[in-house]
Amino acid sequence: METLERILGQHPFFKDLSPENMKLVTGCAANVRFEPDQYVFHEGDEANQFYLIREGRIALQLFAPDRGHMTLETLGEGDVLGWSWLIPPYYYVFDAKVLELTRAIALDGKCLRRKCEDDHHLGFELLKRFSSILENRLATTRLQLLDLYGVRS
Amino acid sequence: MASVLEVTSDRHDVAASPMVPRPFVIKKFRRETEDTFTVELEPREGRSRFSFLPGQFNMVYVYGVGEVPISISGDPSGPTLVHTTRAVGNVTKAMAKLRRGDFVGIRGPFGTSWPVADARGKDVVIVAGGIGLPPLRPSLYEVLAHRDQYGKVVLLYGTRTPSDILFKEELEQWRARFDLEVFITVDRATAGWKGNVGVVTTLIPKAGFDSRNTVGMIVGPEVMMRYVALEFLKRGVPPESIYLSMERNMKCGIGLCGHCQFGPVFICKDGPVFRYPQIKDLMVRWEV
Repeated sequence: METLERILGQHPFFKDLSPENMKLVTGCAANVRFEPDQYVFHEGDEANQFYLIREGRIALQLFAPDRGHMTLETLGEGDVLGWSWLIPPYYYVFDAKVLELTRAIALDGKCLRRKCEDDHHLGFELLKRFSSILENRLATTRLQLLDLYGVRS
Repeated sequence: MASVLEVTSDRHDVAASPMVPRPFVIKKFRRETEDTFTVELEPREGRSRFSFLPGQFNMVYVYGVGEVPISISGDPSGPTLVHTTRAVGNVTKAMAKLRRGDFVGIRGPFGTSWPVADARGKDVVIVAGGIGLPPLRPSLYEVLAHRDQYGKVVLLYGTRTPSDILFKEELEQWRARFDLEVFITVDRATAGWKGNVGVVTTLIPKAGFDSRNTVGMIVGPEVMMRYVALEFLKRGVPPESIYLSMERNMKCGIGLCGHCQFGPVFICKDGPVFRYPQIKDLMVRWEV
């Protein structure tokens, strides 16, 4: 049977993480499964977890009374869902709706925050990895805002 | 006196000149999206099939209006010459009003082509943004016609909204194939869209190709192509295995007039398909 540690090690987010750190992270991890149309979290919920998607697809959405649920981005296999667990005051800022049956590893944010405070090497390692995701999401969001495919007037 | 459209036998040699348009008749006209359309053309005399290489373009002359460069979007082994374009300027807007039986003038094919033959034995990742899919479609036809000679073949396609997706039926057919992976994403989802949302660069990590043995072919807005190329490089694809197609104000098509000069190169003659290292520095220079 595949161990959680092995599954985590295969996910791109934890690629090349040291065995010591991997053990610490695994202690905060659990396998989860979400059905289509289920919400993983809602805007304003306490952000106590983040997810490494193993398979499936999840839409990050924002609800506006006059426009309904607007999908801002979709995430899938290999992606990381949720970084609000890392940033005070630890509340999710979007809704996460499951589009297709999704299997993921849930990581307990409270547990990880405590371990990161105790072990700054682990904290810095995770921060570096999340910074890279943040940088990438910021760059792609900026490209999205450029409306590149529109006709120039 | 013979009409301008009539090509007498004496004038065949003249028509073979790269500067003289040959009359082609529209056999089919198809609207793809609100502002894009496809025309299928045959030479007026119906003599021979129009041969071209994937990635090449023609100068298309709408009689009495003007001439524009349009990449060829059809199957290189197909019976007709196919162009797909967006109605955006005077000439393409006039072209959008033409119908079956109308004529256009064609000069070409011009320019360089996709490295379809060199990509044999390798993975092929085709990345199209918006109206960038038509110039890439001939290369996909060619690869699929010799599918067993290639590794993994992936098409990544990004558009502004779901209603801007071109060749919808064909994309569905391609999606149903087991030997081709097709990923589509839109920048802005509309109600009812169940597919991916996000820029086309976000699809690259999902494509799962062998980066050291991959040929990447990219067409789209220049900013998009730059970021797609960077994403390829980040994943270890060698720069010389990344190809992109540039667009400029092509006029003569043979590198004489200088309208499409891009630093030391002419897009019409040295391009439109370039290896990434050939033009990467030019792409970020303000004035070339």
